[in-house]
Amino acid sequence: MVEKTPENKVQPAERQYPDPKKKLKQDPPTTGHSWDGIEEYDNPMPRWWLWTFYITIIWAVIYMILYPAWPLVNRATSGILGYSSRGEVAAEIASFEERNQVWFTRLMEAELEDISADPELRGFAVNAGAAVFRAQCSQCHGAGGAGVQAAGYPNLLNDEWLWGGTIDDIHETIRYGIRNDDYDFARWSQMPAFGADELLDVEEIDQVVHYVLRMSGQDHDADLAEAGAEVYEWNCASCHGDEGHGDYAQGAPALNTAIWLYGGDYDTLFESVYYSRFGIMPGFASRLRDAEIRAVAAYVHQLGGGQ
Amino acid sequence: MSILKHHKKIETHATLLLVLSFLVVTIGGIVQIVPLFYLENTIEEVDGMRPYSPLELAGRRIYIREGCYVCHSQMIRPMRDEVERYGHYSLAAESMYDHPFQWGSKRTGPDLARIGGRYSDDWHVQHMIAPQSVVPESIMPSYAFLMNREIDGRYIEDLMRTYRFVGVPYTDEMLANARADFLAQADDEADHSGLLERYPGAQARNFDGQAELTEMDAIIAYMQMLGTLVDFSTFVPDPSR
Repeated sequence: MVEKTPENKVQPAERQYPDPKKKLKQDPPTTGHSWDGIEEYDNPMPRWWLWTFYITIIWAVIYMILYPAWPLVNRATSGILGYSSRGEVAAEIASFEERNQVWFTRLMEAELEDISADPELRGFAVNAGAAVFRAQCSQCHGAGGAGVQAAGYPNLLNDEWLWGGTIDDIHETIRYGIRNDDYDFARWSQMPAFGADELLDVEEIDQVVHYVLRMSGQDHDADLAEAGAEVYEWNCASCHGDEGHGDYAQGAPALNTAIWLYGGDYDTLFESVYYSRFGIMPGFASRLRDAEIRAVAAYVHQLGGGQ
Repeated sequence: MSILKHHKKIETHATLLLVLSFLVVTIGGIVQIVPLFYLENTIEEVDGMRPYSPLELAGRRIYIREGCYVCHSQMIRPMRDEVERYGHYSLAAESMYDHPFQWGSKRTGPDLARIGGRYSDDWHVQHMIAPQSVVPESIMPSYAFLMNREIDGRYIEDLMRTYRFVGVPYTDEMLANARADFLAQADDEADHSGLLERYPGAQARNFDGQAELTEMDAIIAYMQMLGTLVDFSTFVPDPSR
């Protein structure tokens, strides 16, 4: 073969290469395969590689003995460690349960209204309650407890309460919820749909809405409000009170403040009277442990509890 | 090494090599997969599971169509933090009638395996229309159009037949009443006794507050039953499974 080297290129010093056809003494044996005259050395594997390979085999055998592995006739071998993912999570939950046991016991034994008097217990209850609140309550009542304004999700930070703001009331509301079908103890009330069910005509609703606007200190038509007083007395006062201060026992909101669940402007009030409202809260008795419900009650109570 | 000499025959015969390697892979596959169908600790009988009611099934189809699974999983894993947040870990049997299952592995939003009964219907409607109005920190897009899309269950029986074909035990009675049940579930005025008998634990009411039967009714019917069929106050799963 003719070397195609450019003439100006300097040739490297000539080197001696071994003759490939000549077998050296120290050549390893070949595998005996011969493909078109090409033979294959039978070199040993690198030792580190070989030992890693053996160790993985040993590890696999140990693993099969310790952990669930081989499927047999009815069930797989369970391994001498007796591991199961369900058992593991149960054990983990139990270990945290045990660590919190002292606190949960104190929380369960204390009277609800005494929790705030014990700073240590209060600290635990409020922190545990805040964690539960974020996971379970914040979607409706807001991450900070401010509710969703004018959309029917009550603000928990102010002093207005629909079903009572003592810690016992709050506890009962969380436990069973409001107006749901899941719990027989869920407190229930229903405002009539005065317009849709033709209990009042549009004129009367107009009047009573102006009366409520006057009651809550907003702009109103004085004549209509005057006429609405009688409508209010006959239809609304039994639940919302003569002065419009509401009634915790029936979940009737106060109408004489600036705090509104669905909105206090004319249009919203008209809609509320015409179609009524029916806010539902799910109960948590079956979702949370009793101690957790007490903790979250303590948390909500310190946000804006009291009456 | 006489065996290795015979191995040379396989190495030098492409078709034989192909057939035998296929055989080896098949045996490996059978050993791994087949036991799952008969081993006692992989099959768990769970009380309360039933096929989806027609309206729930339609809601589930909408869930899949809208790609809800892209952000929401339906699988509470057996870990303490998940159990604390979402409720009891999911059981395999709870998705036994899911084709395809919606376990998922990505959670941009929260897991929905036990969302049933956790929120009111009103909350769901408002949240679907404008998620940020109830959860300001949410990045979920609006699904308000579901309120406008009326459905009539015209093909629900065919759909249920298809599910029966792949193994969901819909009875002839369920198929015969498919459309009636579909229409009754979101109708406050309808008689729900037949529906509740065929699908115990189904919730029947007007879900979206509109007179028309819409996709919003269907998807909320589905949301409100998710994870509610197994009563964990009476059913205790075998801890060693």
